[in-house]
Amino acid sequence: MLIYIFRRMATLLLSIAAVSVIVFALMHSVPGGPFTYEKPLPQAALDNIARKYGLDRPVYEQYLKWVVAMLQGDFGIPYQSPTETVTQVILRAWPVTLVVSGISIVIAFGMGMFLGVVAALRQNSLIDNIVTFGATLGMAVPNYIIGYLLVTVLVIRLGLLPTGGWGEPKHLLMPVIAYSLGPMALVARITRASLLEVMPSEYVRLARARGIPGRTIIRRYIMKNAAIPLITILLPLTTGMLTGSIFVESIFSVPGIGRFFTTSALVRDYPMIMALAMLVAVLWGIMYLVSDVLYALIDPRVGLAGDSR
Amino acid sequence: MTGTAVPAAPSGDVRQRVAIEVAPGTGAEAARRFFANRLAVIGLVVALTIVVVAVLAEVLAPYPRDFADFSQVLQYPSPAHPLGTDAVGRDFLSRVLHGARTSMLVGLLTPLLSALIGIPLGAWAGWHGGKFDFVFLRAVEITTAIPGYMLAILLVTIWGGGLELLIFYFVIVGWVGFGRLARAQFVALKPREYILSARSLGASDIRLMVRHILPNAAGPMVVVLVIAIPEAIFSEAGLSVLGLGVKNPIPSWGKMIAEGAPYAATYWYLMVIPTILIAVTMLAFTFVGDGLRDALDPHSQQPRTGLLKRGGMLMARKR
Repeated sequence: MLIYIFRRMATLLLSIAAVSVIVFALMHSVPGGPFTYEKPLPQAALDNIARKYGLDRPVYEQYLKWVVAMLQGDFGIPYQSPTETVTQVILRAWPVTLVVSGISIVIAFGMGMFLGVVAALRQNSLIDNIVTFGATLGMAVPNYIIGYLLVTVLVIRLGLLPTGGWGEPKHLLMPVIAYSLGPMALVARITRASLLEVMPSEYVRLARARGIPGRTIIRRYIMKNAAIPLITILLPLTTGMLTGSIFVESIFSVPGIGRFFTTSALVRDYPMIMALAMLVAVLWGIMYLVSDVLYALIDPRVGLAGDSR
Repeated sequence: MTGTAVPAAPSGDVRQRVAIEVAPGTGAEAARRFFANRLAVIGLVVALTIVVVAVLAEVLAPYPRDFADFSQVLQYPSPAHPLGTDAVGRDFLSRVLHGARTSMLVGLLTPLLSALIGIPLGAWAGWHGGKFDFVFLRAVEITTAIPGYMLAILLVTIWGGGLELLIFYFVIVGWVGFGRLARAQFVALKPREYILSARSLGASDIRLMVRHILPNAAGPMVVVLVIAIPEAIFSEAGLSVLGLGVKNPIPSWGKMIAEGAPYAATYWYLMVIPTILIAVTMLAFTFVGDGLRDALDPHSQQPRTGLLKRGGMLMARKR
């Protein structure tokens, strides 16, 4: 087991290193740069800027410097706001994202599971059809579409809420709705499907025959087994949401990590984009490592020797 | 999956077999199952309509896609402009019709090109194993280490946006899914008896792969191909909303949402029409994809994992 974990960690490190090389190479293959203006600055000024940001050094040296600095938590200075460091900007933006996505995850799982259970217990009833169809809609319609429809109805037609902004609870409402509907639909659908799969099984029938009350059967026998597929999606879904939604945050001007990714892309802020890309790659890498190890722990059939992929 | 006719599985052993191969002669059976699914048929009709509109955009549109009449800025709908005009006086209906063409170009070309690159690579890796397989797997691993949408935005930052480049970026992200699927199928089908017997009759490697394995692996590939269509539409529209996508003068529904947003207080339909069109298009193709999957593989009861991928857009990862 330990050997397996070490092997996975080694591949994780390798792929993160590969990502860092690719990100760095891509960023340096750019024609032009953040300081290329239509009216060029004097050469002396350009040289000074290049020196300040270390752009006059050889490429491999810049790469090594970047990697070493990153390991020390120094991601450089963002071009868009030179008075702070990238780390400061990320530390400021990430909590915002965490608030929105944290609330959204809780709502998505809570409501999703509730709707899924209700639908499964009344299979083929009106409620079931509404939930099933709603879940299909929720999974197919992108969150930015939901966001713009919310803006149209709540802000423009009814004038109930401000379009965007941050700081008060009312600013949270629309981003959370737009952000949680999709995952909620997915959770509802998986809950329903796995309940329906477990409900007709032998041990449930046996529990019924033994006279165990319905509520206990649902809680102790059905939910327990139906939860396994949910656990398998919990980790990737959470990771995806914690890294922020570029769309929702951009539409509602939530100053989170996703919005910074967009603005940085629009103004070609290399240090910012590189830092965010690396951070997200590391997060996903850790997530896959943890989930692989968890699978191996839960399910003894998962082969530890060879990589199943 | 409402309204889907799911025939009872005859026995446990058939269940396992169907997961990979579609026995010859089940084409008609699959078609019957597909057309029995009401949502899938509705989706197919809507999707075909959009494709036809996209093809005929030039004929149907009353004005050229970028004809701007500055004396006719922000007009309400009228006989001359059935959907009004936008902020620079372009006929909105014409923009909407041409937007369908952009959506369809991205939506259809991305999965096709991804499949054309991914399937041969994956097939070769799965068939031969060895060094090529090793390199293939590492390439897949690295491509999926960054979520797809991030890679796409990184590439837009570097090489700029635009319709052709956008499709290119999506293919860079998208081939992985097809490659992985093809590899898995070829690894699974290679040791079958019928392959062995064909080989003993003197069939060449290429013939074995193309004539004997590919047809048996086609079902799941078609499903992935169709399910990738709404993903691509979603990605294009999303990037265009952010201002990182298709460039002027090509109209895109995503871009039109962003362009209409500042005027939404008075001219709400400028924003709402493209919004709804994106939603309807994606739903239509999703229904077709779901219907196809149910028809080709009636025993899989798993809900699609599309959202996981989309949670961050084209995150081509499926375990």
